[in-house]
Parts: sequence; structure tokens; C-alpha cells
Amino acid sequence: MAERMLLMLSVNGTEITREVPVRLTLADFLRHELALTGTHLGCEHGVCGACTVLVDGRTARSCLMLAVQADGAAVQTVEGMAVDGKLTPLQQAFVEHHGLQCGFCTPGVLATLTELLETIPDPSEADVREWLSGNICRCTGYQGIVDAALAAAKAIREGAAGE
Amino acid sequence: MKPPAFSYHRPHTVAETLELLATLEDAKLLAGGQSLMPMMNFRYVMPANVIDINRIADLAGIEERGDALAIGAMTRQRDLELSPVVQRCCPLLHEALLNVGHVQTRNRGTIGGSLAHLDPAAELPAVLHAHDATLHLRGRRGDRAVAMAEWSQGFMTPNLAPDELLAAITIPLWPTGHGYGFAEFTRRHGDFAMAGTAALLALDAQGKVERVALAVTGVDTGPVRLSDAEAMLLGKAPEDALIAAAAETAAISVPGLDDVHGSKEYRRKLAAVMTKRALLAARARARSEEAAHG
Ligand code: FES
Ligand code: FES
Repeated sequence: MAERMLLMLSVNGTEITREVPVRLTLADFLRHELALTGTHLGCEHGVCGACTVLVDGRTARSCLMLAVQADGAAVQTVEGMAVDGKLTPLQQAFVEHHGLQCGFCTPGVLATLTELLETIPDPSEADVREWLSGNICRCTGYQGIVDAALAAAKAIREGAAGE
Repeated sequence: MKPPAFSYHRPHTVAETLELLATLEDAKLLAGGQSLMPMMNFRYVMPANVIDINRIADLAGIEERGDALAIGAMTRQRDLELSPVVQRCCPLLHEALLNVGHVQTRNRGTIGGSLAHLDPAAELPAVLHAHDATLHLRGRRGDRAVAMAEWSQGFMTPNLAPDELLAAITIPLWPTGHGYGFAEFTRRHGDFAMAGTAALLALDAQGKVERVALAVTGVDTGPVRLSDAEAMLLGKAPEDALIAAAAETAAISVPGLDDVHGSKEYRRKLAAVMTKRALLAARARARSEEAAHG
């Protein structure tokens, strides 16, 4: 069968149709074909979490998926989070709580925490650390990330309550 | 750093998959991709054909059938972890799943993929071995049922022919209120176990061991049942000293593995400690159930 295939998916809400080599990973598709270089590649074997994106609302290592496997899926990357330059409460909390230093791990961390906050709106610190175990950060020592996640959870809950 | 060229196949039925397996040369099944994809990215494996079985709907699902749990091989580890049925009737599996990688990898990783890959330090094969699970294989030459005890044929070598597909797993359930425990030692949370033990324990009305199953991972080419320790415990009151003595047999009855993470002697010691911890957890749970219902 094919070594190239037609791929149809939605990325950050935009419908995309491309013919791609079947061996292309989802990460390389996002970065090289769509120029969405916010998704980073650290290890390319599933360990570091830098490439983590949301596929149909669930986190996945984009280095461990073929692009053609995302056929029909809705993919969200860090580029799809802020709307018209307005940061999400999670991103805003990263700014306020020193949730990043070099920023290499951040897009993957944000994907993980987005799923966490949707799954557990009121996470404990232990929950946050458990979920973060799948994302390696070499700069922050994690404390700023944990603080940002907890603050964002609170902000989102209060925002929802205030509506 | 990406895989060399291959042909990609995306069957929608089991029959189509079996046809592809029987006719294609050098084909690999792609399940959740959490082990095969890293190996392909690093070119440790370079299959000519990749058969992606993620779109076969009837390979995924969790169903309670009388006194067994039937699980489709393509059921995601995360779906198993979140399943109320698994939490209620197979709590050992639930507890072990929390140690399998991370949420991000469990979202994709499947139970069948873990069994077919058969990493010597994987958690799920040990759980299924303790549970005396049966693996259901489909093939064009006929279907087979393989007992978990017969599954590992050597280092990362499951009892699965190149033209067969692991389709489902059935897990015989233990009586409601049984004790269970899973303990493992890893360098970092979510890593493969350096040693880990899955324990199941049922006590009789006198608080004596009516049934016990112990399986260890990370210490041999596949999961190992600790039959000597099980025999020591059976019919006796599981007091601390007996548990400690039974757990100690783990250190002599498993071969251990030598690798960058540790020596075999160290792993054997770990196996004994993990066995003790798993047994203590199982005993506490079995006793609290007795107190609640007895
Ligand atoms: S690049 Fe995908 S997990 Fe490291
Ligand atoms: S901010 Fe630099 S790796 Fe996390």
C-alpha cells in the first residue's frame, strides 16, 4: 500500500488537507509542514514530553504518532491556546508564577495541564505533580509550574462561578 | 531521526488484518505506538510494512462476563484505568496501571500492545500472570487461547506467531472483597520497574490464607510467579513473620537481571522487598473487607 497518503485533520480549529509521507511523525508534520514550531522535540522517543499535544482533547506524544494516524482528529497545539493574543488563564498563570525559564518544555507542559484542568478542575498539588511526571523541565525545578497550575485552576473555577 | 520508509496499512476489520498478516512480508502491527514508535524512530526496528490496528472498533472494550473480565487488546491503558468496572472487580489492574508510564502515554498505550511487546519490566504482564489471565489470539490458520503462564517464551518473545493477532484478554475475577497490592521500585515515577510485585490474597473466615497469587516483574525475561512463596502462605494465618519469610523466597527464586539500572543481586533484593510490601497491602485490604462484612 501507500508510502504517501492524503491526510485530513483539524489543527487548532483549521481544517487541513495534505498529502504526506506515511513515515512522517505528527510532530514533524506540525513543525515542518505547518510551520507550527511551538511543538518541540526533545527525545523523539516518548520520554521528555516536550512534543505533547492534545489529540481529540487527550494528551499524546506527537513524536510517537504518525501524522496519518491523526486523520480525522482534532489536534491542538500551543499555538491554538491564546485567542487574538489573549493568553488563557493557564498561560497567564505561567507568566505570573514563573512557570517557565527557557520555555522549551512549556508547550508540552501546557498541553498536559490543559487536560489535567479539564479532567480534575480542583487538583491537589500531588495531582499536579503526578501529571507533570510525564514532562521533563530542566530549568524551573517544577515549583513555579506547580504554583501556576494551582493558581490557574483557582482562576478558572472562580471565573466559571462568576459567570 | 525518523523511521525509514515503510508501507502503511490501515485495516478496519480483524479479517482484513489477518489477511494482511498472512500475505505481507516483514509486517509489524502498530497498536498504541508507545514502544514500537520509539523503536522505529531510532531504527531499532525497520519493518517493511506497518499495519495500524487503531481503527478496528471491535478490538477495544471492557466487559464483565460472569466471573471474568473480557478486555479488547486495543483498549487504551487510560480507559482501563478510568473504568469503574475495572476499579470495582479488578482493583489490582487499576492500581498497577497508575504505575504504567504517564497519563500522556497511557492515553495512547494499549493493554494488548504492552503484552505483545513484553518488556521484561512491564507491569501489566505481571498483573495478568497473577490473575491467571487467558490471551485470545486470532489467525488465518485458526484461533488459539494461550494461558498467561505460557505467554513469555524468552526475552521480549511472546507466544504469538508472525501471522497471529492478539485480540482479547480474559481475566478470571477473584471474589468480591479480596485483598490486592502492587508495589514497584523505579528511579523515577512512571519508569519501568526495577522490580515490582503484584499480589492477590483471599482470606477464609478464620483469617487464614485461602488463596494467594504473586507475580514479579523486572527480574527475569518475563513475569515470574512465586509458587514457593504462595505455597508457604496457603492455609496459614498471614502474620508479619510469615509474610517476611515468604517474601524472602522471592530473592532466591528469581534470576534477576543485570543492566545499567542495577545488578541482579540488587534486583533480587528489591524483588523481596516489593513482594513484602505488596503482600502487606493485600493483607490490609483483605482484613478490612472481612471486618466490614464479617
Ligand atoms: S520528543 Fe516526544 S516525548 Fe520527547
Ligand atoms: S523552562 Fe526550560 S526546560 Fe522547562
